[in-house]
Amino acid sequence: MHDMSAHTVQHHAPTSFIRKHVFSLDHKVIGKQYYGLALVAVMAGMFLSWLMRIHLGWTNYAIPGLHILSANGAPGNVMTPEYYLQLMTMHATIMVFFVLTTAPFTAFGNYFLPIQVGAEDMPFPHFNMMSFWVTFVGFLVLMSSFFVGEGPTLGGWTQYAPLSAVGSVGGPGEGLGVVLWAASIGIFCIGQLLGSLNFITTTLDMRTRGMSMWRLPLSAWSWFITSVMGLTAFAVLMPACILLILDHVAGTSFFVPGNLVINDQLQPHSGGSTLLWQHLFWFFGHPEVYIAIIPGMGIVSHILITNMRKPLLSHRVMVYSMGALAALSYMVYGHHMFVSGMNPVSSLAFSFPTLVITIPSTIVVLMWLGSLYGAKLRINTASLFALGFISMFISGGVSGFFLAQPSVDIMLHATYFVVGHFHMVMGVAAMFGIFGGTYFWFPKMFGRMMNETLGKLHFWLTFVGAYCIFMPFHYLGLAGNVRRYQAFVADYLQPLIPVHRFITVAALLTGAAQLIFLYNLIHSRFWGKPATDNPWEATSLEWSTPTTPPPHNNFGDKVPVVYHDPYQYGVQSSVGDYVMQASPEKVKTAHDEA
Amino acid sequence: MAKFFAVTIFVIAIASAIPIIQHTWWLAPDISTHGAPIDEQTSETMAEAGISFLASQIILAFFIWKFSNQGPNAKIRSFPGGAKAMVWAAFLLVGTEALALGVFGVKAWANVYFSPPSANALPIQVQAGQFAFYFRYPGPDGKFGPIHPEQLNEANQNFFGLDTAKDQDSKDDIVTAEMAIPVNREIHLLMHSKDVGHSFFVPELRVQQDFVPGLDLSLHFTATKVGKYEIVCTQLCGLGHYNMKAYLYVYSQEDYDNWLKKEAAMQ
Repeated sequence: MHDMSAHTVQHHAPTSFIRKHVFSLDHKVIGKQYYGLALVAVMAGMFLSWLMRIHLGWTNYAIPGLHILSANGAPGNVMTPEYYLQLMTMHATIMVFFVLTTAPFTAFGNYFLPIQVGAEDMPFPHFNMMSFWVTFVGFLVLMSSFFVGEGPTLGGWTQYAPLSAVGSVGGPGEGLGVVLWAASIGIFCIGQLLGSLNFITTTLDMRTRGMSMWRLPLSAWSWFITSVMGLTAFAVLMPACILLILDHVAGTSFFVPGNLVINDQLQPHSGGSTLLWQHLFWFFGHPEVYIAIIPGMGIVSHILITNMRKPLLSHRVMVYSMGALAALSYMVYGHHMFVSGMNPVSSLAFSFPTLVITIPSTIVVLMWLGSLYGAKLRINTASLFALGFISMFISGGVSGFFLAQPSVDIMLHATYFVVGHFHMVMGVAAMFGIFGGTYFWFPKMFGRMMNETLGKLHFWLTFVGAYCIFMPFHYLGLAGNVRRYQAFVADYLQPLIPVHRFITVAALLTGAAQLIFLYNLIHSRFWGKPATDNPWEATSLEWSTPTTPPPHNNFGDKVPVVYHDPYQYGVQSSVGDYVMQASPEKVKTAHDEA
Repeated sequence: MAKFFAVTIFVIAIASAIPIIQHTWWLAPDISTHGAPIDEQTSETMAEAGISFLASQIILAFFIWKFSNQGPNAKIRSFPGGAKAMVWAAFLLVGTEALALGVFGVKAWANVYFSPPSANALPIQVQAGQFAFYFRYPGPDGKFGPIHPEQLNEANQNFFGLDTAKDQDSKDDIVTAEMAIPVNREIHLLMHSKDVGHSFFVPELRVQQDFVPGLDLSLHFTATKVGKYEIVCTQLCGLGHYNMKAYLYVYSQEDYDNWLKKEAAMQ
């Protein structure tokens, strides 16, 4: 426990526009910048998914204006096979890195972690500023591949070698497109490493008086655990990207073996290993799944507890479970490689930890369900999204049982079953966490309430729509529908095309429903009902700031002192059925664990 | 609204389960000797995952129905048994389930990968390349001639890089663009890629295996039903990935012999 060591990083409120809004050192501004970046990225990613879905439903359909995006990729407005793959690769890369990692982790984490621990900023504000701007540059580099050479890489977000390493002979975008992709992700990794360092130090060293580790809210715990993962996972991906770039520009052969013949030409490489890339990539790739979802678990728990008006069955069990998920996530990555040609004994070795990881996942779900029992649940948009997260996490989680087993994976690997699984559990569930967090924290971030009617409409359309899109993916996978096909030409895939059309219609409608969110976000930012300091009657420190939004140094002149566990609900205090962490009021609590 | 939400979750859970229970979309019929344990494993997993799915969604729906929007005087209650009961439940129910699936699954996996092909298995070589499969049969001498990557040339139809002028073993090799196998005879499939990663997937045969450039891999299987099936690539290999497929014909021994003769004559 530390005595407000935050004064070591004191910096005065900036006065110039540039230092206030652009190159800001304020974690709150940086959090909003990350959120803005994620918002732009998610719109781009969703737009690409619309184009892909239209093409998958009606392969030869001319999408009006598509040739403007790429004259070569869409002659006569009809998408070429390679352009489909390029859009697919960009959709996944944008979503995984620049939305699912940035929004729940670095955006909300940046804004709220220092406030929730009672600090006035992160310990390394310059690193923090650099973290965002480096990430922003990474995004620009990635998007630039749309406009240069043969366009973006078509190798999928997994960029399996040697396709990714042989250069443009492998296909359109496999030259410069891959180099830009790898450079972008390498840059992104630097941003995440800097961010993770700040998050870890903030949690360990910047806690205010009385804020023991066990008094941290679950959202803060989830950001802390995620940052530890970020530090280790991105540290592996970054060198892998550098090696991949070297294979392109320096004539090395890290990932390319000898004697490959492409277009009747013997390739000038020898001695590399294609499986090496897969090991490096998935050593990052599986923890990345949890980097995307663990902040969602923390955010959802935080929202849910506030709206249940009671703490979770056990705060500590929830923390231990998130920690167990993080630790196990490094031991399971081989389940992506069951049929990769890796030693089949290794497949079994990776299978068991993958099955074991269902235990902490189940505990997390049971903690939520068991805590709902006997709650006084308040239904608002934030709590609807939090509950929707649980439903999606269950649906996406159970399909993990299949993919954890090498024998079952023989039939499901590389099919839409996998696509359904990860979209539900790390795509939709994580997005629900982001939406929940937005509706919940918007009042604190912008001083105004979001429109609840529009929020609920947005929730209903998204919840039902997401099920209509992603549940049928599992059925397609069971029927053997291979993923990453731009058209379904095999005979046995023909009967599945109507299912794809259903999914396309659902995706277009659900995507359109997101415009309601966008409108609500922008409209409420300027014209929303003014928010009070603590509109949800919540307990954690972000609701104890002297103003809303919080002042530059978060707590004004008065350093907060923490007297209580994070979730003291269901008590009798002078303000109602809760007592805030920073309130010295003594109340009888049944749930004091600290 | 809470009650409506609860009903929605309930309806979605049931509606999602119906196509699974009815097998509206399901694994293709199995034509392999090793496939039964895989199917059994899949069905058992579906039963266990399905029960977990339905039970959790229905409990979620029920609790939302029951515990939302209560009056201001309602008291919060704790789940009987508390967190401990939940942790035990997770370890006992899911832990046992996971362990059982893992242990039984080993058998199904071992069937495919841990036994060597029998001595009289028919060797067939398959080469994957952007964006076609080619197959090679050893001919009457039973031997495959060596591959010379530098001589591999699709334009000259030397798909495997064979030197039939020099290599005696290559002279009688039979190269085809479609695969035919005799029914009820074990096949020893020798796999390699000439360029990038690909995969060999025949749903009915219950086989899926990646081609790894730089590595020679092998599979063995026996087809039990005569018919025409499709081999598709499942590893993203470039712009023609979606169209990388070949037909697999499972013939009676007699039909297979005739087919091989015909192909040999066309070399």
